[in-house]
Amino acid sequence: MKEFGYRRAADVSGALALLAAEPEARFLGGGTNLVDLMKTGVERPALLVDVRELPLDRVEPTPDGGLRIGATVTNSDLAAHPEVRRRYPALSQAVLAGASGQLRNMATVGGNLLQRTRCGYFTDTARPCNKRVPGSGCSALTGAHHNHAVLGASDHCVATHPSDMGVALTAFDAVVTYETPEGPGELPLADFYLPVGDTPHRETALPPGALITGVTLPPAPVAARSRYRKVRERASYAFAIGSVAAALDVRDGVVRDVRLAFGAVASRPWRATAAERALIGAPADEAAFAAAADAELAAARPLPDNGYKVTLMRNLVVAVLAQLTEEAAR
Amino acid sequence: MASAPSPNRSDITLHINGEKHPLTVDHRTTLLDALRERLDLTGTKKGCDQGQCGACTVLIDGRRSVSCLQLAVAADGREITTVEGLADGDRLHPVQQAFLDLDGYQCGYCTPGQICSAVGVIEEHAAGWPSAATDDVRPEAGPPELTPEEIRERMSGNLCRCAAYVSIVDAVARAADERAHDAEEAVA
Repeated sequence: MKEFGYRRAADVSGALALLAAEPEARFLGGGTNLVDLMKTGVERPALLVDVRELPLDRVEPTPDGGLRIGATVTNSDLAAHPEVRRRYPALSQAVLAGASGQLRNMATVGGNLLQRTRCGYFTDTARPCNKRVPGSGCSALTGAHHNHAVLGASDHCVATHPSDMGVALTAFDAVVTYETPEGPGELPLADFYLPVGDTPHRETALPPGALITGVTLPPAPVAARSRYRKVRERASYAFAIGSVAAALDVRDGVVRDVRLAFGAVASRPWRATAAERALIGAPADEAAFAAAADAELAAARPLPDNGYKVTLMRNLVVAVLAQLTEEAAR
Repeated sequence: MASAPSPNRSDITLHINGEKHPLTVDHRTTLLDALRERLDLTGTKKGCDQGQCGACTVLIDGRRSVSCLQLAVAADGREITTVEGLADGDRLHPVQQAFLDLDGYQCGYCTPGQICSAVGVIEEHAAGWPSAATDDVRPEAGPPELTPEEIRERMSGNLCRCAAYVSIVDAVARAADERAHDAEEAVA
């Protein structure tokens, strides 16, 4: 590992100033991804600015019925929070589906959004990777890509975003708030991650030097009946090969409101807007659920070894929506 | 052991098992390496060194964490409990005793991490935290029962190459029962 400086920030303005003074500085949260990447040489910061003790560790209801989640809230505290479990149960489930108890105790909300792909070519510094070394090529296109993207990818990169939390946040229209030396800003999560295109190394729309301060969830009554379903290659403690965050409001057998987002299929948590449009006003039955999934997955461009994901996601959407319909009828 | 001032080293104090340990660390030093290589606390084991096996699990501010991804400098001033700090003198911690009584190990290498993790699991469950094995996470559903399925999910961050999992689940269940019983007696 390359040598680096370390400073612990006491407040947000101090953290911004420390970062601004060193071009090769990174913010350190729980470190569960960054420290690992530093060990393998993927990340080589000259300075770590530790932001874990910033006073951004609260989950607070907003006056309009939403929630404000601080950037340094740990995954564990977010998943266990009564108002998260009551208003957005799929968010609690998504967080609990990720990593292990130890890692959830360390990891933070801000760090979760900025974690890097687990593509094996990104983490192997001996192999070409356009995300790690722009212009070096994408090893996954002709290599191991059974768990790579089927939606929104490009010829330059087919890596997926690994977050479970981000999938549920995307389904519920979360807004990322941040501070910069020039002042505060915010980005809807839908606009937070950049399209891959020919710049896979540019992952987010955060301005340079910005510090994520939190995530705001707008009120979403539909989210009170929501679920996160994750498929992985073993029963626990693995990244998804496909996942769905879904919320459903059915009245008199008709879909009144629905939220759908997919995980492990794209470079970012994937809001399934085409599927949602197809479902509003449709009968709440398996034929309509399958048609909605097909509407979203029509844009899928699978590689030779990950075409199974299209079938997997279709089945997942139908299964989760059927389960939510069944639960609503109880 | 005087060393020249460097922006890449810091003087820190690690609070481990109730004792303060002043230390100068290279920032690259993980808590795991500081415990084992600098403080001779070798109960905490190094397995994968990349956060995937759980052998290095310790409690930081009461919460189970992997010490291989925790920089020592970032643990400055925090309360750390290692497997060496669990027993009360010669009296083993109830989780240690349960592992011993129920053969919750074979070779023993992963055991300190399993035990520290189990201590955390039992506290997390007692605090009412749901897990990925909990069907209904809404608070109205009440706290989940610590079934074998719940224990397996909550302990999934600790691998055992000997596959002593069946006995580990039994040991965690017994220690959790004892804790719940003690808590009831304390109320009564």
